[in-house]
Amino acid sequence: MDGFLFNAIIYILAAIVCVPIAKKLGMGSVLGYLIAGILVGPYGFGFIKDETQGQDIMHSTEFGVVMMLFLIGLELEPKNLWKMRDLILKVGLTQVLVTAGLIFGFGLALGVDWRISLAAGFSMALSSTAIVLQSLKEKNQLDSPSGKMSFGVLLMQDIAVIPILAILPLLAVAVPATSGESHGGLLEHQPGWMQTLMIFGAIGLVVFLGRFGFGPLLNWVSKTKLRELFTASALLIVVGIAFLMELVGLSPALGTFLAGVILANSPYKHALESDLDPFKGLLLGLFFMAVGATINFNLIFSDVGTVLSLTLGVMIIKSLVLTGIGYAKKLSLSENLGFSIGLAQVSEFSFVTYAFALQLGIFATSTSDLLMAITALSMTFTPILSLGLDKLILPVLEKRNEKPKREADSIEGKNKVILVGFSHFGSTMGRFLRANGVEATVMDYNPDQVDLLRKMGFKVYFGDATRLDLLHAAGAETAKILISAINSTETNKKLFELCREHFPNLEVMIRAKNRYEAFELMELGVENIYREHLDTSIRMGQEALEKLGFRAYTVQRLAAQFRKYDEDSLKILAQYKNNQSEYISRVRKQIEIQETLLSGELSRKFSLNDHAWDSDQMKEPKN
Amino acid sequence: MRKILVLFAHPKYEHSDANFALIQAIKDLEHVEVRDLYELYPDFNINVQVEQEILFEYEVVIWHHPIYWYSCPPLLKQWIDLVLEYGWAYGPSGIFLKNKYVLNAVTSGGSQEIYSHQGRNRYTMEEFLRPFEATAYLCNMRYLPHFHVGGTHLITKEELEDKAKEYQNLILTLRDADQIPIPFIQKP
Repeated sequence: MDGFLFNAIIYILAAIVCVPIAKKLGMGSVLGYLIAGILVGPYGFGFIKDETQGQDIMHSTEFGVVMMLFLIGLELEPKNLWKMRDLILKVGLTQVLVTAGLIFGFGLALGVDWRISLAAGFSMALSSTAIVLQSLKEKNQLDSPSGKMSFGVLLMQDIAVIPILAILPLLAVAVPATSGESHGGLLEHQPGWMQTLMIFGAIGLVVFLGRFGFGPLLNWVSKTKLRELFTASALLIVVGIAFLMELVGLSPALGTFLAGVILANSPYKHALESDLDPFKGLLLGLFFMAVGATINFNLIFSDVGTVLSLTLGVMIIKSLVLTGIGYAKKLSLSENLGFSIGLAQVSEFSFVTYAFALQLGIFATSTSDLLMAITALSMTFTPILSLGLDKLILPVLEKRNEKPKREADSIEGKNKVILVGFSHFGSTMGRFLRANGVEATVMDYNPDQVDLLRKMGFKVYFGDATRLDLLHAAGAETAKILISAINSTETNKKLFELCREHFPNLEVMIRAKNRYEAFELMELGVENIYREHLDTSIRMGQEALEKLGFRAYTVQRLAAQFRKYDEDSLKILAQYKNNQSEYISRVRKQIEIQETLLSGELSRKFSLNDHAWDSDQMKEPKN
Repeated sequence: MRKILVLFAHPKYEHSDANFALIQAIKDLEHVEVRDLYELYPDFNINVQVEQEILFEYEVVIWHHPIYWYSCPPLLKQWIDLVLEYGWAYGPSGIFLKNKYVLNAVTSGGSQEIYSHQGRNRYTMEEFLRPFEATAYLCNMRYLPHFHVGGTHLITKEELEDKAKEYQNLILTLRDADQIPIPFIQKP
């Protein structure tokens, strides 16, 4: 009953059974995966023989965390990072240092060696990015005050991993105990300072590649228009960086996060996101299950009191520190509770730092096992506590201070407008929107065009808008309007049908090349059609009339009337045509439209029928 | 029940708390239709035929606008210029507005007090609104006394709420009263 396929079936089945149930009960997917992991693990049904097997899976699926950090990095433009500097530095740093200090102090008080206490303190100060962000996302709280603060803290912690991992080698007393476990790192036998130096060198390389290497690669690949090749390149970037980081013994997650932040400004952001997202989801799910499967219930039951009290102790310290920070930052009580309890668990990074510390000989195996049990337990407890908070405590709190809430009219972080096609037409419109404070999420499928425009400071993303996942990534569910400024009829039709089917609330506005294309779009049911030559040609005619001596205001009014007449007559024609046989050839159709329009205009005589401010009628009776 | 048409003209409605409060108080009332002229005709090209057809259905018309330079904003004047056509609103066969009630509902930055013979503006609001009265007169309409919210720059929230309530009550009276109990001016 071994074998890869069998294992895969067990895991997937467990996930498919547990996660929907967990979500139904309002527990969030993380807890569902954890429970699924416990069930298939050695202390549940025992499909997985021992923790080692679970740990193996955990190690291989840590890659999900790596990818998640890459994707989080993509969401975080350096500019936004800069905006959050206050939050990250003050809130995050306070949290990390105070928590680490307290745990360090307790460790010393309990008579643990100072090196172990310090390593454990720093490891446990970290909270689980995977769990917290996933839960916040599911509860749609990423933009709430507590969500933003959580994110700031998590980010500082992610950054703190660099110095922590850099400091750990310096804590190692002797040459690392060769415990047999080797990452095959280049630096295994280098002195501490050398390792530290190499680590910074590797980070520098990632920054350099992110700046100058990946963009051209993706540009080159995207020109082949082979989607799978693009996905492969995305994977190559992530796997490559992870490999490099492992080579120097650093956390791969951190390297990819860095690469993500650097690529956040890149036009390929959305394409990368939508290509990597499914991989991330699957791997993370597996990772959470592996965490569940590695919980060593033997160790826990052999000393229930110690393990539980240590776990709760760590969680209480963490929550108290966070509550203090939340209080200082004037979070409301309910927000503060969500914030502090949400972040009370120990991080998945800690597994990495434990392993590193073990490898460096700071921890003994038993210490590491105990810490891992505590970490896994805390990861299981927090979702349960949050659930209790959401279901039991918050409703009471909210009832107590019910305030008249005004409905927010904007979804923060997401643009209300998606602009597809950034050619001359689209860019003029994009500029107009931006000049009035409306930022649009722009998509274009020409890599060179995208590069050029980005150099000029526009926020343009590379991608084919007729790909459903890309539309999702661009925020089509929450956006209000999608504007298509592309001039391909076929693409426009496809785009419109896609939006109608999947985003019924999204209003679609489409540019049409000419009245024949407008006609086809009308037949499809498009309501907002904009013929690209209509306004310009009428305006030109208007000025021609002015040059012939017409008064400007009169011409302006006549032009508006003509424009309305032109649009209306097209609509009438479209309705009328729908009832006729479909076999009229396209050319024939065009001629017919032209004919009808011309004869209609001849009989209308715009200027002769304009009686505004006319006194002729009044003069007549007096004669 | 009379049907009431509110012709609302404000070139920067999004910045007017006073008009927002007034419009909010009446816009959802049954048989009351608010036509936001600047939203309908941003290019001043008023569709005369549509406007006349709508007028035909209503018994009470309200010109609702802020006072700019002792008069209405230009779009409302444009509306009057274009819609009240000779031969339709006045003149030999111009009988389509006859006996309809009409009034101005206005807001002004200056307080109600300065619109008086002793006040800074030297004339009363009623006097400033004479052109509207005359327009209504020529069209054989029944011109009712204006409704005025003054001092809008300094008005408190409570005062504004009271005024909005007052406006609502006025409209309800116009809508529901068997006989409109307010004196009006009409060509004999």
